[in-house]
Formats: sequence, C-alpha cells, structure tokens
Amino acid sequence: MARRVLVTGVDTFWGGRVAQALEREPSVDLVLGMGTGEPKVPLERTEFVRADQTYSILSRIVRATRVDTVVHTFLVTNSSVMTGRALHEVNVIGTLNLLAAAGASGTTVRHVIVKSSTHVYGSSPGDPAWFREDARRSAPVTTQLERSLLEVEALVRDFAEDNPQVAVTVLRFANVLGSDIVTPVSTDLRRRLLPAIAGYDPLVQFVEEDDVVRSLEHVALRRIDGLYNVAGAGKLPWSEVAHLGGARLLPLSPVAPRLVCAPLLRLARLELPPELEALARYGRGVDTSRLVETGFSYRFTSAGAVGSFARANNLRRSVGQGPVYRYERDLEQFFRHSRAVVREGE
Amino acid sequence: MASTTRSASATGRDGHVQPPRRTRQAARSEQGDVVDAEVVARQVGPSTAGGRPQSDRDADVSTSLPVAVARADEPPSDDQRRSDVDEWGRSERVRELARRLYDPVYRFWFRVEWEGLDRIPLTGGALLVANHAGAVPPDAPVIMHGIERELGRPVYGLADSFFRTVPVVGTLWSRAGGVPAHPDNAYRLLHDRRQLALVFPEGIKGPSKRYADRYRLRRFGRGGFVETAMRAGVPVVPIAVVGAEEAMPVLFRSNQLAHLLRLPYFPVTANMVALGPLLGAVTYFPVKLRLRVLEPVTYDVEPGLERYSKSRVMDEAEQVRARLQDALHDLLRERRSVIFG
Repeated sequence: MARRVLVTGVDTFWGGRVAQALEREPSVDLVLGMGTGEPKVPLERTEFVRADQTYSILSRIVRATRVDTVVHTFLVTNSSVMTGRALHEVNVIGTLNLLAAAGASGTTVRHVIVKSSTHVYGSSPGDPAWFREDARRSAPVTTQLERSLLEVEALVRDFAEDNPQVAVTVLRFANVLGSDIVTPVSTDLRRRLLPAIAGYDPLVQFVEEDDVVRSLEHVALRRIDGLYNVAGAGKLPWSEVAHLGGARLLPLSPVAPRLVCAPLLRLARLELPPELEALARYGRGVDTSRLVETGFSYRFTSAGAVGSFARANNLRRSVGQGPVYRYERDLEQFFRHSRAVVREGE
Repeated sequence: MASTTRSASATGRDGHVQPPRRTRQAARSEQGDVVDAEVVARQVGPSTAGGRPQSDRDADVSTSLPVAVARADEPPSDDQRRSDVDEWGRSERVRELARRLYDPVYRFWFRVEWEGLDRIPLTGGALLVANHAGAVPPDAPVIMHGIERELGRPVYGLADSFFRTVPVVGTLWSRAGGVPAHPDNAYRLLHDRRQLALVFPEGIKGPSKRYADRYRLRRFGRGGFVETAMRAGVPVVPIAVVGAEEAMPVLFRSNQLAHLLRLPYFPVTANMVALGPLLGAVTYFPVKLRLRVLEPVTYDVEPGLERYSKSRVMDEAEQVRARLQDALHDLLRERRSVIFG
C-alpha cells in the first residue's frame, strides 16, 4: 500500500534527514515536509510547506493531503537553542495542534510517530543503571525541557487512548552525536573543551545520527507502535567522551556549577544546558532491547557515535565546513511540478 | 564441617587461603563469561571502525550532503574505546591498583581469614549477603578484595546511592566495583551478566548502630534481596563477618550534624576519641577479621516473575538472618581476642 507521510520540522536536521530517507522508499507515495524555515538538506521529491511554530494550519493540511503517517520530529530536546517559553510553544502547543489535526473526525491518519528524548528519565543518584521504557524517573522534574517533554508524552498517551485506530509510536533518543548534527556536546567538543563537574565521571550513552534516522524510518515503514528507547550499546565515562572527541575536560565547581562557572562558559563559548548538568553528574543508561526485538539493528555503539563525530570533526578541522545547501524555491517547484521535467513512470 | 576444612588446611601462617594460583585472565576465561562486554566486542568486531565506509561519509560532510549510505548490517564494534570502564562503571585497571594498595591492609592489618570459601560458586551469578558494621564499614572492601584475590572473580558491591552524590569518592567507588543498590541493577548483574553481587540487607541501619548493639543484626530490609535472588534464579550465599564491629565502633550518633552535613548518619567513633577526629575518621583498629561463608540457599520458585509471595519472601529473609545471627554467635564463641582472633 502506498504511504503518504507528513514530516514535521523538515527545516531541522532531524526532519530533513528523515524526509531524505523516506524519499528513497518506493513504498512511500508522498513525503510532505512542514517547517518554519527552509529545508537545510537537498530533497528530491518532498513537498515543502512552510508553517508557523505551533502548526496551527496543520489540520487543513492533513485534511487536504490525506496523509496516513505523521512523523513528528519538530520537538526541541536541547534547551540552549531557545527560551523556556518558546520551548513550551514548540513542544507542547505544537504537539497539541498536531495531535488535534491527526485525531480530527474523518481523519486519514493511521500512524503517529513522536520523537522524544531520554531526558524524560532525568538523572539522579538513585537511578537504575538501565532504564526500561516502563521505568519511572526517580527524581522530581527540575528542568524546563524535561517538563515540556513529559507534558508532550502525556499528550501523546492521551491521544493514543482516545484514538485506538491510530498506531502511536514514541521514540526516546539518547544524546545524539554524529558527523553533522549540532548539539551542546558536539559544540563543546568542537571547541576542544568539554565541561565536566569536578569529582564526577558519570557513564553516558550516545546514539549516532544515522541510527536515529534509521530507527524513525524503521518504525514508520513497518508501522511499529509503542514506546521505545533508542541508544547505542554500552556506556562510556564522560571523560572518555572528551578523550575520544579530541577535547579536554573543563572541570567546573561541584557546587552550583552553572551558576558559579557561567562567565567561564560564556567566555569559552561552551554550552552546558540545565538538562546536561545532572547528566554530567550522574549519567544515564537506557535499555534498548525492546527496539532491537522489533528487528532494528544498530550500526553504532555509544563509543562508535563519539568516534563518528570525531572523524567528521577531524576532516572539518582540515578542510573546513564545505558549501552549505540553500533551498531555492523556484528551482524546487520547477523540478517537482513543471511539465518540462520528464518523470519516471509517466 | 568437612567443607570448611579445605580452607582451614589451606590457610597459611598469615591467614590466607592459598588456592592454586592462576592468572586472573585465565580464571576469567574459564568462567566462560568475561566481565566486560567491551572485551567481547573488541574480539568479535573487526578492526574497522564503527562508521563504515569513512571516505563516503566524510565526502558527504564536505559537500554537506548527509545522505546515509546504504551499508550491510554489521554488528557495531566498540574498538575505539580507550578506557576499560565497563557498563557498570567498574574498571579493571582501577581494581588492580586498589588491590595492590589494599592488599597489605587485608593481610597485615585485618589478617583476614575465610572459612568455607569453596561455597562461593566459581561460575554463574550469586547474591552474597553479609552483616554490615563499623562506622565506615570495612566489611565490603574486605569481602570484595578477598573473593577477587582467592577466587579470581570480580564482585560488584551494591550500596546506597548516597555514595554517588559525593564528588571523587563516588567516582572511585564506582570504578572499584560499586553499584547503586537498585533491584533492577541487582537483577541484571545476577541474571544477565551472571556476576557475583554483594549486598548488605541491613542497609544503613547496620553501620550506624552503636557499639552497645554489636553483632545484633538489624531488620533485613523488606526481604528485597530474597525476591531479587528468586527473580534472577540465583542462590543466596550468606557471609558472616566478625571483627568489623570493633574496627570502628560507633559510640554515639549526632542526628543534627548528620542533617546539617546531609550525611545518612554522623557517628562519633572510638577511633576519633583515641586518635583525634581526622586520623580517627580514616583509621581502623587493628582487629582480626574472620569471615565464614554459610551454605548457599537456592529457591525452588520460577525465576523471572514480577512478584513473589510476600510471606514466603519474608520467611526466607528471616531464615537467612537467623542463620547469619547463629553463625555470628558461633564465631564469637570461638573468638578469644578481638585483636588476635
């Protein structure tokens, strides 16, 4: 059966990469990309629609295009890119609108996939070494990001309950590293200094960006529903992350590190958002066996993800960033819709 | 007592069992399960790195065309790891250093003597359960060091997560084989990794009790250790420790100071009185430590269940506690001197 897929956040790294992957799938008839800005990666046949941050026009688009699958990648899992209020707008209100559109009467949507983060488990001394999907977090919520992600997951849970005809998938990704993605940790590693909290060397997990895209594709194409952790196998100490990533550790005061060392971080242009502070103290591990049981196989371990970043970074240090893709609206429209273009199968 | 004679006869002058010496590596591979999965991964994985056709990928980066190249599904390899810290935070290198530093304390300060070491299984998971005492309990490192030394098996010590909150101490504790006591952690160590895990069911109530209550076992929690052993399908091996109570006796506790310093308890020890507050906080009295491994208990229940009969669990926990208490009395009956044993 031909699939019609809507990808949100196509202007972000995630959405762009997922749309690219879905384009190559012959079973996917239509890839519709929504974003607040222009796509940052070249897309073959994805139809691009610009929307505002909270996706208020979404229900019209869903009705008009009759998509059957929604891949919701436009969730911010890094609080250093926007203020708390904007974060709430994007994550909670955006998801609210998306789910409202997907659950409207007479909807064609049969599968909703939401990208979440393992930040929802928090990080505290009483944590188990490996969180299962059904494990409860052991510490109260302290950061805005975690609160908004938990709220999103609660919305998704309610949606799944109210719409039994729709398969609902939530993927919780560990911290991502890879050749292209920009995260606080990758920014720090590229500056060759990784903030650490003096006296702590926690074990952390990473997932490689390719594995992230592949896992989203995996659940979308096989219509796998449920809640899954996604993280590379194994854990490695924070100090080894710095070592493998070609950086040195920058020890911060164990008491109120972000407060005391804020000027230092600002001067060195380093990032340590609140959700990473607890992680740099106690670390986190998630059990990924549930996703593996559905037939997904990882290409990278946690250490492999850091290694993948390091190799790409070595290259960048030698040859620079390389040309940046720019979306040319007229050109893209021409290739997609002009009668002058000869398309396969016509 | 036939089983204890082996160690008694093998006990040397300085009080050690002298098993046929094997290299640690050999001992491990005989067990069939290697401690850290990384080692396995390193052996299995080819020398190629995690990101496969590197030239392709990097070319993508330079042109900012991050198209994922279709690659054969190969198992991920972990050969870029540089440290030997395993997924529990234990590092064999740190352990080796700790062994070297701690061995003189073990041999000459505490003059540790074991009975019935052969009751600890050489392969497969087992939950070691011991009594807990002394303001800074010496029993955990002694048991962990002793079993590693005599049997060549690593022991993961399950302890209160308070340790993790202390800078430096928490990290060292983790590298030396400490794991936060969480039922899920215990289950994974015992069932999935088939390791030895050491637990003190008395918890914080053991070391915080005063000298006047010495060798009176506290409540064994809620019997969670029995439930974990049942679920993992492993035996419980009780170990009675005599001497730890006198190594650092608690004269009284200050709840206010504990609250102020955010410590689980703040003891004033005899060591502090005798040696001053600083030296006394880190120096044990040179007592003789004697450990007796009791007959392991196996449970004839189906492993892997979510819940077990609470009454059965409590009964079994109480039985382990009673046996440990009896063994302690037995050992104390035979002890003539605290210092010389």
